Amino acid sequence: MSDIPTDLKYASSHEWVNVEGDTAIIGISDHAQDELTELVFIELPDIGRELAAGDPCAVVESVKTASDIYAPVSGQVIETNDALDTEPGTVNEDPYGDGWFFKIRLANPKELDDLLSPDDYGEQVNV
Amino acid sequence: MEKNGLKRTALFETHTALDARMVRFSGWEMPLLYSGIAQEHRAVREAAGLFDISHMGEFQFDGPDALEFLNHILSNDLAKLEPGSGQYSLLCQDNGGVIDDLYAYRLGQDRYLLIVNASRLEVDWMWIKAQLNSSNKSLQLEMTNRSGELSAIALQGPKAAEIIAGVFPAAIEMQKNQIAELDFSGATTWVSRTGYTGEDGFELVVPNERVVSLWKQFMSLGPALGLMPAGLGARDTLRTEAGYSLYGHELTAETTPIEASLGWAVALDKPDFIGRETLAAQKQNGVSRRCIGFKMTSKSAPPREHYKIFAADGTGREIGEVTSGMQSPSLGCGIGLGYVESAHAKSGTDIEIEIRNRRFLAQVVKRPIFRKLD
Repeated sequence: MSDIPTDLKYASSHEWVNVEGDTAIIGISDHAQDELTELVFIELPDIGRELAAGDPCAVVESVKTASDIYAPVSGQVIETNDALDTEPGTVNEDPYGDGWFFKIRLANPKELDDLLSPDDYGEQVNV
Repeated sequence: MEKNGLKRTALFETHTALDARMVRFSGWEMPLLYSGIAQEHRAVREAAGLFDISHMGEFQFDGPDALEFLNHILSNDLAKLEPGSGQYSLLCQDNGGVIDDLYAYRLGQDRYLLIVNASRLEVDWMWIKAQLNSSNKSLQLEMTNRSGELSAIALQGPKAAEIIAGVFPAAIEMQKNQIAELDFSGATTWVSRTGYTGEDGFELVVPNERVVSLWKQFMSLGPALGLMPAGLGARDTLRTEAGYSLYGHELTAETTPIEASLGWAVALDKPDFIGRETLAAQKQNGVSRRCIGFKMTSKSAPPREHYKIFAADGTGREIGEVTSGMQSPSLGCGIGLGYVESAHAKSGTDIEIEIRNRRFLAQVVKRPIFRKLD
């Protein structure tokens, strides 16, 4: 069974969100990295880009396929994890730590209420 | 066996016991990967990999007219085969369009075996049967679809010979493309020295009820030499690095073997065969597009099927499309196969691949795309 930390919120499209003040750190879940298999390339959004919740904003590529990653909440991209450029496999090894994708400044913190709790996300992926 | 409309090979439980990730492929439930595509890929390049290829089809032809009939429907020249050897060949329509690509073996004087793609098995069978029925001669031959009773596994990689010797000592004497009928616990087994990975290796066809036991024998002998079970994911990256075509990608009813750069498997010097007229004209007059291998030469996401190809000659014209693309585990860069206008098909030509609305530089390369230095 995949790891689902209890201090994070989740999108049904398998991104996690860690809120620190008005900043949200975003990555993909352990379940998502396992399903995707070994990642070989990650394309992150440009810093400064304004994202609306649900926007496709990053692309992850495994040996076999390319998949879109969606913005779980709205906001402006303020930092990206450039280390993934040379070491995309970090997402497979440490999806909730060094494998984070990008940070945004929250435009509408109320949207956080629409995200899934760890229990609800766990139910979604373990059926 | 069939479950949820998907067929399962006799090795299904063996795969699930190995914790394989199963995937739908041509109506079959097949292993995509066991430990990881890149890891299995490297095992095949450096040691050996074991693949379940039981989904592939086996058609047997017996009789004094089998050679004449098969030589009429296939592009390569079966008359050049000694008993106990095989060749790559294509089944074409009248207009040269490819129905399937396959391996044709001469088992004995008047006995032949075709190994066909799972995705084309039914179509091939109907087509071949129709050709036989429409023949105005009464041909002495019997054709049998043995796909349901036979399973197949591929043992591939530089250690394949050392591993197979533990089960079939005679196999290590075989030359490339040879086939032998060997005994495996009382059952006739077809062992051929061929594969789809660009490595030395063997493909083995056995009755369904013996395949689990054969697989287990290899898995008890092999791991000490680096053998790993390998899934369809690695099979696809290995064949693409080797530059081999896959039906539905590089080959379709709308492409001919000449366009697919498979002219070496079209024997224009043999008597008339289906598609000959078109293929001879294409060989003589040239074709407007050709299948190429390419390598990304700038840092980019991996190329993928259906991405557009553009000229890098300053015109920026669209000149073709990617048919297979991926990150090469051996080279660590994006590679692919695709069709381009013939003027751009020469190896060394710069081209551009469009990836999510941006164009990235690539270069046409000779196949195999990846070649080991040894």
